[in-house]
Amino acid sequence: MRFFESEDVLVPERLFRKGEFFAKSKYEISGQAKRIFAVEKIPAQSLDQDFPYNRDLQRLLSGRVLLLEEVPFPLESIHEHVEHGYIRYEKGIDVDRDGMYCRRCQNREVHLFGRFHCARCGEECVYCRRCIMMGRVSQCSPLVRWTGPEPVFSYPDALRWEGQLSIAQGEAARRIVEAIEKKTDLLIWAVCGAGKTEMLFPGIACALQAGLRLAIATPRTDVVLELAPRLQQVFPDVPVAALYAGSGDRYKFSPLTITTTHQLLRFHDAFDVMIIDEVDAFPYAADEMLQKAAEKARKRNSALIFLTATPEETWQRECLTGKRNCYILPARFHQHPLPIPRFIWCGNWRKALTKKRIPLPVRTWVQERLAIEKQALIFFPDVELMERTLPLFHEFHPDIASVHAEDPERKEKVQAMREGRIPILLTTTILERGVTIPNIDVAVVGAEDETFTESALVQIAGRVGRSPAYPTGDIAFFHYGKSRAMVRAKEQLRRMNEEALRRGLIDYDW
Amino acid sequence: MQIFERKFCLYCQNEIRPLITWESLFLGPEEPLLCEQCTAKLERIEGKTCRICGRPFSKIDDSFKKGDICLDCYRWEENAAWRGVLTRNISLYMYNDFLKDVLARYKYRGDYELVRIFVPEFNRTIARIEYDFLVPIPLSAERLYERGFNQTEALIQEAGRDAHPLLKRIHSEKQAKKSRSERIQRPNVFTLNDTDEEKKAALSEIEGKTILLIDDIYTTGTTLRQAATVLRQAGAEKVLSLTIARG
Repeated sequence: MRFFESEDVLVPERLFRKGEFFAKSKYEISGQAKRIFAVEKIPAQSLDQDFPYNRDLQRLLSGRVLLLEEVPFPLESIHEHVEHGYIRYEKGIDVDRDGMYCRRCQNREVHLFGRFHCARCGEECVYCRRCIMMGRVSQCSPLVRWTGPEPVFSYPDALRWEGQLSIAQGEAARRIVEAIEKKTDLLIWAVCGAGKTEMLFPGIACALQAGLRLAIATPRTDVVLELAPRLQQVFPDVPVAALYAGSGDRYKFSPLTITTTHQLLRFHDAFDVMIIDEVDAFPYAADEMLQKAAEKARKRNSALIFLTATPEETWQRECLTGKRNCYILPARFHQHPLPIPRFIWCGNWRKALTKKRIPLPVRTWVQERLAIEKQALIFFPDVELMERTLPLFHEFHPDIASVHAEDPERKEKVQAMREGRIPILLTTTILERGVTIPNIDVAVVGAEDETFTESALVQIAGRVGRSPAYPTGDIAFFHYGKSRAMVRAKEQLRRMNEEALRRGLIDYDW
Repeated sequence: MQIFERKFCLYCQNEIRPLITWESLFLGPEEPLLCEQCTAKLERIEGKTCRICGRPFSKIDDSFKKGDICLDCYRWEENAAWRGVLTRNISLYMYNDFLKDVLARYKYRGDYELVRIFVPEFNRTIARIEYDFLVPIPLSAERLYERGFNQTEALIQEAGRDAHPLLKRIHSEKQAKKSRSERIQRPNVFTLNDTDEEKKAALSEIEGKTILLIDDIYTTGTTLRQAATVLRQAGAEKVLSLTIARG
């Protein structure tokens, strides 16, 4: 779209197409309409305190940065708020000394910009291809931001939860509350099965009482879907918003937003408390865009809390040397030690599998599980190898199944596993996190493959012994030469057990 | 020094590793637009197809065939009002899950650049068709503003060819949300595009010509037949069509 530049405000050209607005227009328009990209300096209106602004618009836009087509209000109404200083038009695509960039996702990669002849502005229009799935930001698309007062709220004593935190969870919770009050950074390094969600409850309650806006961001949609109802349940009077691609809560204002890291691109200066779950998980760790999004979405003066079971190496060092504000929670909530993986040499597994042979140690392991009727997950480094191997496993048991990221029946298979209908499930790394099946063993075939990073291996080991009823189990890393990641993963788990024992968080020696 | 510029897949944006062969060293590498994985997911329509709508016979049951045409086309041709309106349709690819995602990102998210994926095959196919005018299926003014570009005009333009916008469209609800019977029965949404003198002049030449209609997807064939009807009434001798996908 295009704008006219009138004295001290930008006026959308589209408004003039509608006769009525033109008739009562107070603007002296001269010159050609131009794209917002070509406007040198976007005029800033001072806030008109007496203007009866629209509360719904405030609740929708506050802390957000949206395309006009994402704002379900008439352009006339939006523009009126601009005139009175409550909303600002901003450039979608901008340029500085380093070149062109997208103001929504901060993309600067030349190959991630496209251009086309645009029907909205009648010119060659450059657009950002990196965040295209959230709607097109181009040289002629304004982004709109709320510049009026933020919604005020307070929810005293909002927490409805009867459960109790373990001593260690309680200490982590206290540190979280402190970080929120002082608006500092904090890393919670808690082993798989420590009960991370519960540790957040006191901090969230305290922020809601103080009228602070919270976001819990996670790289994965499944986590959003699991976390949002859980939090809604313990904070029944607080409107919890769940944001992910295609979710219905897009236009909701919420003091407590559970979101994929991707959806943070639609926020700006919004949150007083930003909690990032599974900070090491793909794609957050891999994707610089999402890290920048998290920075942009939180207020300058805000608390930033990372939760992880497997921080990357540099972070681990910073924690252990005290350079990073960190709390380590080395024990599971059920106070049993973490099961430690066994390394089992199995020869050239890739060659064997390619020749349609299952290495003997793996074979034996599978037969043992079937004999004692214990369910198991077996991880493979890639889909092709796994799929080729599946028929070989059918000789042991016809119900053995496999699952991978693009499997249309992924959910059904995981469910069947949970219900005990699948004895052994072959999987790629997609099931390394988040899956909790009460009584299982796990194996990794080709544990030294580079797909299996230290954190992937710790997560895989973390699937075992989750339930208080079955706190132990076997973890077998089948390999053809140990990798550094394998050794570090085992060492990390061992150190956590030592630390837990030293602090009296687990009951006995393992 | 990097001899070859880094290339990225136009769809998944992963890096494409250049294939270095003697040919590519001397002649410069041929530029693949998609990575190997994405290329493999595009399903080119080959083999025997319905003489009229271009649907591959390998994808349908024998009971849906009537000689060299499919049962759908047989029904169209049975109806005097539609008989012979559309002589032949050719589609480049099957409308599979991958192409659905690609076209959705192209049309609805507005990722214009994706059109380049289809240009080579479009040009190869069109070279084998005899026609006088290329006519894109138009969008209504409202839809055009919303999308920012017309997805079929974009294809013609990126293929380096001239479009003759002989049709215009009256604003109506989105196609994709309608059932087959609703789509077949609704009134014609197209009229001749005679908005100015230049367009009128173009229309005066239509008599006796062969028109090649361009659209993104052939689903039931209603859209293309409606457009063809208008062109035939204006004097066109024959109407053919070419679409990216066959639903």
